Amino acid sequence: MTIRSKFLAATVATLMVGVAVPAMAVTLRYANQGDLKSLDPYTLNETTTIAHHGHVFEGLTKRGKDLAIEPGLAERWEISEDGLTWRLFLRKNVKFHNGNPFNADDVIFSATRVRAPGSNFQTRVPSGSEWVKVDDYTVDVKLKSPNPIMNAQWDTWYIMDKEWSEANNSVAPTPAAATTPSFASLNANGTGPFKIESHQPGVKTVFKPNKDWWGKVEHNLDEIVFTPIASDATRVAALLSGEVDVIEPVPLQDVQRVNGTANAKVLAGPELRTIFLGFDQTRDELLFSNVKGKNPFKDKRVREAFYKAIDIETIKSRVMRGMSTPAALMIAPQLFSKAGDFVRPKYDVDGAKKLLADAGYPNGFEIGMDCPNDRYVNDEAICQAVVGMLARAGVKVNLMAQPKAQYFGKVLKSGNYNTSFYLLGWTPGTFDSHNVLFDIEGCRNDPNSSRGESNLGNFCNKQHDELTDKILVESNKEKRDQMIKQAFQITFDEYGYIPLHQQALAWGVSNKVNMVQRADNQVLFYWAQKKE
Amino acid sequence: MFAFIIRRALQAIGVLLAVGIISFAMFRFAGDPVNQIVSLDTPAAEREQVRRSLGLDDPVPVQFARYLVQAAQGNFGISYQFRQPVSTLLAERMPATLELAICATIFATGFGVLMGVYSGLKRDSALAKLFQTISLIGISLPTFLIGILLIYLFSVTLGWLPSFGRGDTVRLGWWTTGLLTLSGLKALIMPSVTLGLFQMTLIMRLVRAEMLEVLRADYIKFARARGLTTRAVHFRHALKNTLVPVITVVGLQFGSVIAFAIITETVFQWPGMGLLFVQAVQNVDIPIMAAYLMLVALIFVVINLAVDILYTIVDPRLRTTIRQPA
Repeated sequence: MTIRSKFLAATVATLMVGVAVPAMAVTLRYANQGDLKSLDPYTLNETTTIAHHGHVFEGLTKRGKDLAIEPGLAERWEISEDGLTWRLFLRKNVKFHNGNPFNADDVIFSATRVRAPGSNFQTRVPSGSEWVKVDDYTVDVKLKSPNPIMNAQWDTWYIMDKEWSEANNSVAPTPAAATTPSFASLNANGTGPFKIESHQPGVKTVFKPNKDWWGKVEHNLDEIVFTPIASDATRVAALLSGEVDVIEPVPLQDVQRVNGTANAKVLAGPELRTIFLGFDQTRDELLFSNVKGKNPFKDKRVREAFYKAIDIETIKSRVMRGMSTPAALMIAPQLFSKAGDFVRPKYDVDGAKKLLADAGYPNGFEIGMDCPNDRYVNDEAICQAVVGMLARAGVKVNLMAQPKAQYFGKVLKSGNYNTSFYLLGWTPGTFDSHNVLFDIEGCRNDPNSSRGESNLGNFCNKQHDELTDKILVESNKEKRDQMIKQAFQITFDEYGYIPLHQQALAWGVSNKVNMVQRADNQVLFYWAQKKE
Repeated sequence: MFAFIIRRALQAIGVLLAVGIISFAMFRFAGDPVNQIVSLDTPAAEREQVRRSLGLDDPVPVQFARYLVQAAQGNFGISYQFRQPVSTLLAERMPATLELAICATIFATGFGVLMGVYSGLKRDSALAKLFQTISLIGISLPTFLIGILLIYLFSVTLGWLPSFGRGDTVRLGWWTTGLLTLSGLKALIMPSVTLGLFQMTLIMRLVRAEMLEVLRADYIKFARARGLTTRAVHFRHALKNTLVPVITVVGLQFGSVIAFAIITETVFQWPGMGLLFVQAVQNVDIPIMAAYLMLVALIFVVINLAVDILYTIVDPRLRTTIRQPA
C-alpha cells in the first residue's frame, strides 16, 4: 500500500466513522394537537401535559401498560389495620437529573407543594392528611378517615426535588395567575427516564435519555423531539411524509387514508373517557324549552324516551366510522369489573313515542341542546345525529354547538349550569368508580360540599349518595364492587344519564416505530422502539 | 413637518386606545379563561380562587384601566397558558413572523411585477393568459386551502419540502433566523408562497393595468417617435412610471401580510405571532390576545405614518397642504 492509498483509506475510514455515528442515534419525532404549556408538574391536570411530564418526573407509584398500579419511587407501602396510617418505603439510590439524591424530604415537600394554592392537583393528596418523615427512606401518612384508593392517582402526582425548588424560588406551585415568570414552568428536574434538553413553549421540546435512571430501560431512543401541530391536515401530512414518527390524534376521516399508506398505520383502541348526554332535572321550568311551568325531564318516562330514541349503533357506524364502543354505564368497562352486567336498553323509536305520549307530550316538545364543537372526537356531529334521532320521536332539538371556551363557560358551575340538555365527556381521574358516583352522579344540594359539581343537570338520588359515602371507606374489594354496582344500577334504572360511548384513541404511528398504547391516552415513549 | 408628525402620533394613540377598548369589550365573548386554565374536575372553590387572583371578577372597565396602566409601564402581563411574560413570548415569535412576511412580500413583488409586465406587454400570448388564470386562483382560493394543497403536493407526494415548522434556526442575539440553514430556507418556501400569493396576484393585476395605461400615454408615443429601443421604452420609461402605485400598495399591504399570516402560520405550524394568537383565542389567553391586537394596530399605524411621510418626500405638491391644513 502506498502512502497515498494509506492516506486515502484513513480518510475514508474517518469519513465512515463520522457518518456512522449520527446515523446510529435514534431520534423519535412526535407531534400532538396540544401544547406542552408548562413544565411545572402541578400547573395543569390534563392528559397531554401529564404524559409529557411522565417522561421526566415520576410518582410514588406508576401505572403499567395495562394501567395496573406498580411501585414507583415508593418500593412498597403498608396500610394499618384501621386504615388511617399508610407507611411508604421509598426507593433508595435514586437521583434527580441534577444529581441530588431522592429521599423522604422530597416526598414531604411535594406533598405540601401539591396541596398549595395554585396547584391544579390538590386532590392527589387528601387535604387533612399529615406526612411524617420516619427516616430518610420511610414516610408515614396519617389520614382523618380511611381512603383505600388514596394512591390511585399517585402515578401522576410527580415528586419534585426540594433543594432544587428552594434554590430556584419555586417552592410554591406556578399559579395560574403568575405575576412573575416562573422558573419551574420553563425548567424541570425529575427522576424520570428522560431529561429535558431544550424547551420552547408552544414550539419545540427535546428530551434525552437519563443515563443514570434507576429502572430497566425498555426503549432504544437517543432523543425525542416534540412539536405541537394544531392543524389536523398538517399533522397527518407530516406523518405521511415521514417528517414525524408519531401523531396524536389522527382525525377519524383520515384513519383509512393513513392505514392505506405503506409507511404508517393507526393504532386504535377504546379510551377511558365516556361521552354522555345529561338533562336538567332540577329546575322547575327548563331554561331552553317551549314547555312552560314544568320540567319534562323530572319525569322518568321522558328521560327513558330520550334514551330509547337514540340509535347508538348508527352513531357508531356513521358518525364515529366504527371508532367507538357503545356504553351502558357512566364508567368505562376497563375500570369496573362488573360493568359487563349492564346492557344498554334497545333502540326503540315507537316505544319512545309512546313513553312521551304517556308523559303528556303526544306531540313532543322543543328543547335547546348545548354541545361543544372542538373538545371530543366528532362532538358536534354526534349532537347533530342526536337532533335527527330525537326528531323521529317528535322532539324538536335546537342545537347550540359552540367552541369549548364558550361551552364550558356556559354549562359548568361558573356559568350557573346554564343548560337544559347537553353532551359531556368524563374520565375519572382516579380510574375508580367513586369519582364518577361522586362528581357526576352525586346530588349537588349541599353548598358546602363539592359533591356533584360536575353533575350539570343535578340527577339526584339519596340512596345512591349514601352508597357512595360507604364506597369511599370500604376496603373489602368484593363488598365495595357490589355497592358500586348497586349505585350504578340506581342511575341506570332512573335513566339519570344517557351514556353514549367510549371514543376510540387514534394514534398515527410510523411503521418504523413499535409502541404501547395505554387506554388513558397518555402517549409514552419509554416503551417505544424505533427501527432505522 | 414636525407638527404633522406630532399630530399623527396623537392620532395613533387614539387608534390604539380604540382598538384596546373594542378588543376588551369583545374578550368576554371569547369565553371563560378559568375553564382553560384548570382541568374539568377542578372544584368550584379552586376555580373561584383562580378567577380572583387573575382579577377576572372585576368589571370590564376596571380590568381595562388596569391593563392600560400596566401596558404604559411596558408590562403586558403574563400569559395564562404559558405563565411567561407576554412581551417575551411575542419577542420570541416575532422574528419568525417578520421573516415570513418579508419573504412573502419579496416573492409577491418579484413575481407580481414580472408577470404583470409580461402580460401587459404581450397580453394576447398564451403565457399571459396562463398568468391571468393563476391570478384568478390566487384571488379566489382561500389561503388555508392553498397551503394544504401545497403540502400534499410537495411534502406528502414529492417529499421535497417540509410540511411544518421553521427547520433549524440560528440565533443572532435576540433574533432567530431560518435564512442561514438549508432546512430553514426549505421550510420558508411554501409558507411564503401561500402567504404571498394573494399579494402577488394583486400586484400583477395592478402592474398589468398600469402598464396598459402608461403605454397609451403621450410620452411613450413620443419616446417611440424619438426612435428609442423598445427595451428602453418599456423598461426605462413605462415600467418606472407604473411602479409608484405598486410601491404604495406593497407598503400598505405589508401590515396586512403580517396580520393575515395568522392563517398561513396555523396551516404550516409556523412558530410566529399569528400562531400564538390563534392558540390564545382558543384558550382565551386574554393577555396575549390584547398585546397582539395592540401590536398589529401599532404596525398598521406606523406603516401608514411612514407611507404618508414618504409621500411628502416623493411628491412636493403635498408639502404645501401639510403646512397649511385646510
